[in-house]
Amino acid sequence: MTSLQSNAVLAETDAADASAFPVKLSIQDLCFYYGKFQALKHISLDIPANRVTAFIGPSGCGKSTLLRTFNRMYALYPEQRAEGRILLDGEDLLDARQDVALIRARVGMVFQKPTPFPMSIFDNIAFGVKLFEDLSRIDMEERVEWALKKAALWEEVKDKLQQNGASLSGGQQQRLCIARCIAIRPEILLLDEPCSALDPISTARIEELIAEFKTDYTVIIVTHNMQQAARCSDHTAYMYLGDLIEFGETEQMFFKPRRRETEDYITGRFG
Amino acid sequence: MSEKHLSSQFDSDLNNISSKLMEMGGLVETQIQHAVQALAQFSVPLAEEVIQTEDRVDMMEVAIDHALTAIVARRQPAARDLRLLLAISKITTNLERAGDEADKIARMVKSIVEGGYARKMPIGDLRLASDLATTLIRRVLDAFARLDVAEAVSIFKEDDLIDQEFKGFTRKLITYMMEDPRTISDSLDLLFLAKAIERIGDHAKNIAEFIIYIVKGTDVRHSSLTQVESAIHIQ
Repeated sequence: MTSLQSNAVLAETDAADASAFPVKLSIQDLCFYYGKFQALKHISLDIPANRVTAFIGPSGCGKSTLLRTFNRMYALYPEQRAEGRILLDGEDLLDARQDVALIRARVGMVFQKPTPFPMSIFDNIAFGVKLFEDLSRIDMEERVEWALKKAALWEEVKDKLQQNGASLSGGQQQRLCIARCIAIRPEILLLDEPCSALDPISTARIEELIAEFKTDYTVIIVTHNMQQAARCSDHTAYMYLGDLIEFGETEQMFFKPRRRETEDYITGRFG
Repeated sequence: MSEKHLSSQFDSDLNNISSKLMEMGGLVETQIQHAVQALAQFSVPLAEEVIQTEDRVDMMEVAIDHALTAIVARRQPAARDLRLLLAISKITTNLERAGDEADKIARMVKSIVEGGYARKMPIGDLRLASDLATTLIRRVLDAFARLDVAEAVSIFKEDDLIDQEFKGFTRKLITYMMEDPRTISDSLDLLFLAKAIERIGDHAKNIAEFIIYIVKGTDVRHSSLTQVESAIHIQ
């Protein structure tokens, strides 16, 4: 079966799941290339608004690549290019006329390893906000407090906001990055293996946040941890070698997937 | 596509638990055969054997539940592995209860023989239903071993035959009791035996439903035969 054929089959199965929710991000026939290597092959799927969508699949399947197209992170590298359309509320993010900085304000991203800026906890949050908004000192303090509270970090850092962000523990640093991301009030939150460097308690805290965030944001998470996808997400997409194999409701995907390839992967028969 | 997990230990855990279930099933099947035979021959030694086996069946149920808990805790199974383990848990319960019914029949046989009124009992009327129930348990265990959905559906159908036999037999007993109230005591014993046999058929049917659940992922409990057939057809 060619990828175009397989996507046609998938489009049929997707319709039933996606139709129940308004679409936030519509990916249409997306191909991605690292130089001559094609990493994504005609991906089409609709990501529902205010839900958590997880991407799973073995290393090299293209899930992180796909995530990086949603805020045009790949544009930093000249040999990388995307073809197709990614519609955010109907606007094509891949359109060359789009302001990349504005896209990244609307589509925030948190990475695998915590990446606090080498500055105070307060400034870590305020830095991004200053790029897009001109807030008074009081408003900025309120915004920092709001973001830290949203990221469940406020109680732990409220007395040391001037300390360097790097002085926090790994789990706290990752929540600081989440706070930094949401401080600019994005519409979509991209999480690229946000817990892979964290201990189980910090992981549980982040997973709690993910569940809370979906009331305000559309959350998209890439994870190697299938139990995490099962726990946190409403929809799951399984990718393999640049193809989208199956996309559906998480409960269905982990209990009775439609495709044998998905079942083999999630039951550990893949190999 | 591979049938085996990347972890051979997981495969081995699943195989072990399936084997344990088959072993328990074999024990219950023998228990039912002996109970039915004990009833046909009013044999106290056979009835005793059934009663003694009951403890072993109970212990196997506990051992299988323990192994299931360990696999779920260690492996976090998904999809068909999860369905298999959930179904094994339910099948074990049904087997244990089918064993309980055999135990009831055996205890009844003992009480009838010890009461000295065995010869008066029209036991022959229960033969068809008891043969059907014994066969169904054997067939459903075979169907589980092969994960055979077609056979599971056919067992689903045949349980209806046992139910019809039970209803017919109940009507007959009511007639006896109305005609001659002196038969009430014996008739109640017979009704108790017939009910136990009918329940064994029900447990076989329940197990057949779980085989469909494992393979198709569809929960067909509390569904009519037509609903079951269409649910399987849709898959």
